[in-house]
Amino acid sequence: MYRIRFHGRGGQGMITASRILGSAFFLEGYEVQDAPRYGAERRGAPIFAYVRADDQPIYERGVIAQPDLVVVADDSLIPVPAAGVLAGVDDHTVLLINSDESIETWKQRLNLCCKVFTLPAQAEERAELRFMGATCTGAAARLLGAVSRDNLARAIRDELAEMADAIVEKNLAMALDAYDRMQQYAGSVTTKTQTGAGDYRKPAWIDLPFEDARISAPDIHASANSTEVRTGLWRTLRPVIDYERCNQCWWVCSTFCPDGAIKVIERTPEIDYDHCKGCMVCVVQCPPHAIEAVPEQTAQLQDAEQGASS
Amino acid sequence: MTRSLLTGNGAAAWGARLALSDYVPAFPITPQTEIIEKISRWTERGEMDARMVTMESEHSMITAAASAAASGIRVFSATSSQGLLYGMEMLYTVSGWRAPFVLVNVSRGLASPITLEPDHNDIMAARDCGFLQIHCATCQEVLDSTLMAYRLAEDQSIRLPVIVNMDGFYLSFTREPVEIPQAEKAADFVGEYDPQNIRFRASSPVSQAVAVLGGAPYSYFRYESHIAAQNGIAVYDQLRVEFAETFGRDYPAIESYCCEDADIVIVMLGSFATKAQVAVDQLRKTGVKVGLLRPRLLRPFPAALFRELLSGKSGVAVVDQNISMGLGGVLHTELAGALYGQADAPRQLLSFIGGLGGRDITLEEFFEIVSVTQNAVAQQKTPPPRLLYTEQEMREMRKLQAAASVERNELNNSGAETNG
Repeated sequence: MYRIRFHGRGGQGMITASRILGSAFFLEGYEVQDAPRYGAERRGAPIFAYVRADDQPIYERGVIAQPDLVVVADDSLIPVPAAGVLAGVDDHTVLLINSDESIETWKQRLNLCCKVFTLPAQAEERAELRFMGATCTGAAARLLGAVSRDNLARAIRDELAEMADAIVEKNLAMALDAYDRMQQYAGSVTTKTQTGAGDYRKPAWIDLPFEDARISAPDIHASANSTEVRTGLWRTLRPVIDYERCNQCWWVCSTFCPDGAIKVIERTPEIDYDHCKGCMVCVVQCPPHAIEAVPEQTAQLQDAEQGASS
Repeated sequence: MTRSLLTGNGAAAWGARLALSDYVPAFPITPQTEIIEKISRWTERGEMDARMVTMESEHSMITAAASAAASGIRVFSATSSQGLLYGMEMLYTVSGWRAPFVLVNVSRGLASPITLEPDHNDIMAARDCGFLQIHCATCQEVLDSTLMAYRLAEDQSIRLPVIVNMDGFYLSFTREPVEIPQAEKAADFVGEYDPQNIRFRASSPVSQAVAVLGGAPYSYFRYESHIAAQNGIAVYDQLRVEFAETFGRDYPAIESYCCEDADIVIVMLGSFATKAQVAVDQLRKTGVKVGLLRPRLLRPFPAALFRELLSGKSGVAVVDQNISMGLGGVLHTELAGALYGQADAPRQLLSFIGGLGGRDITLEEFFEIVSVTQNAVAQQKTPPPRLLYTEQEMREMRKLQAAASVERNELNNSGAETNG
């Protein structure tokens, strides 16, 4: 049985990626199981999806503990323990990382003996992150060596049937290009027999102790834990204050901000972009209409240009 | 036979479509929403001839479903977890109307704490409400069981609503190859709905589900519902044969895997049971005589069949994916009730609780469950119920608690009372 795990963030197309691979396997005549796993349904949250494919009906379910192939669409997830990217990765596992860093760098960083492949993004892809899922699937399909180019293309057309033709074509182009780029590594991924009943490691079960309710009630006692979580990453629109128009009322935007992400210093409001989620409540509330909504992507490009020129 | 990849949610929607449901009251809740999204798309495109209405809550949704069923049409609806509990008052109420319909529940752990992942405490809370319950382990089974559920619900010797249950994520969001039956074949199997006297219509008033004063008439109606539910066993056995003849897939009330010569038997509900099936295969390779029983019918409870299948076995391990606070596993106690006093009943009936809130049950844990059961048989001593939890999980929990208490202390230092 092939066992494949995809890791990415909500919005990066991981569910679609796993479904394309699942469908491609199915077209090849395999028995297939594909499924996503996520907590909060929002952009930017870590998610993973998995695919099992076998020539027998599949009864194994749930999280893949010992993956043959791990596909990482977003390399910033690797150091996040909750994302579980490296769970069960051993010498047998193949790791495919969407990253501009070298294979050697990743091997050293992670202290891994397994096979590592990277998918350095082409310049024009950077601005088109939404096609990352297709790129990853194309490369994964070739590394597996079990999916033909034709069936990969058919699976993409099937899974994206409801999308506009141009989008489908773009996904196809990205996936097939990645498929071709991995040509010399075709079949790098192999299957592995799971632990048998003869030599299993006993689970270290414990008897749970009684604990006082003030410890064992599911409470969060402070907001202090949220400062380190850069919720600003979720933003698709950025509120930008035009200080020429701001009438220094000192309270409206900061009071209405549901995240407390606007502070006012000497009557001048300042937005904390690390934590502003881009809800646009301040844009709507500002009496002199001094806050503008700028697409985050545009704002980031402007930041980058300013950074380069200064 | 053509198969396509469908999620459990997709399979449930197909079941509703192929059963020619006329009316679908709906309210979205994760991880069930895809069912009503699919039906909504089909009705909008005219691919499914049904009226779909979105309601403002599950309480209203279940009321609407049963009211429509009482007017003599075929009704489908779906919910999950907190939604099932929010509709709980009406679940109990409408089963007494004796108006049949089918409700799919996508099992998900209950608050608190909140989770989106599966366990069976939601469906266990609906255990005594008068709905029959079919529990599924594969996406194919979800589709097939939905068709079978209409036959059960509408049978003249039953006429009670039926819940088809599947696990959130493990089935609802998981795609597997599913054969979608031909529309005509499915319609023939489900048959025409004959609502008999339950044709609630404008200008022909009828009072349904009236109040009764006094315990005797009340008891009469409650006992009748119970007897009707029990008729479900015989009706199910018949229609199961008919289903197998029509579609080539056989679903006994209790699925038995490698049990004929087994000494040790694992008993589990739902899709996690297929994981136990993998463990049984592995253990059989090392010569352990182990089997698996997976009840598909939970209401009516197939007690006689359990007695027959477990007769002469040495040890049984019940793995409950639910917890009745202060008691333990629900299926374990139900099985104990069924086996008590039987001369040839297994001497050892062990209880394990696992899979709460989607917690995985690993292959190694299944091996150990069987090993613990073998020891209990050898020593003729039943160990206390085991709440599956590992040292590693406790470590991770302690890490979270440590972070929480640091924050608590930070707050305390700024003036609040110290509380650890």
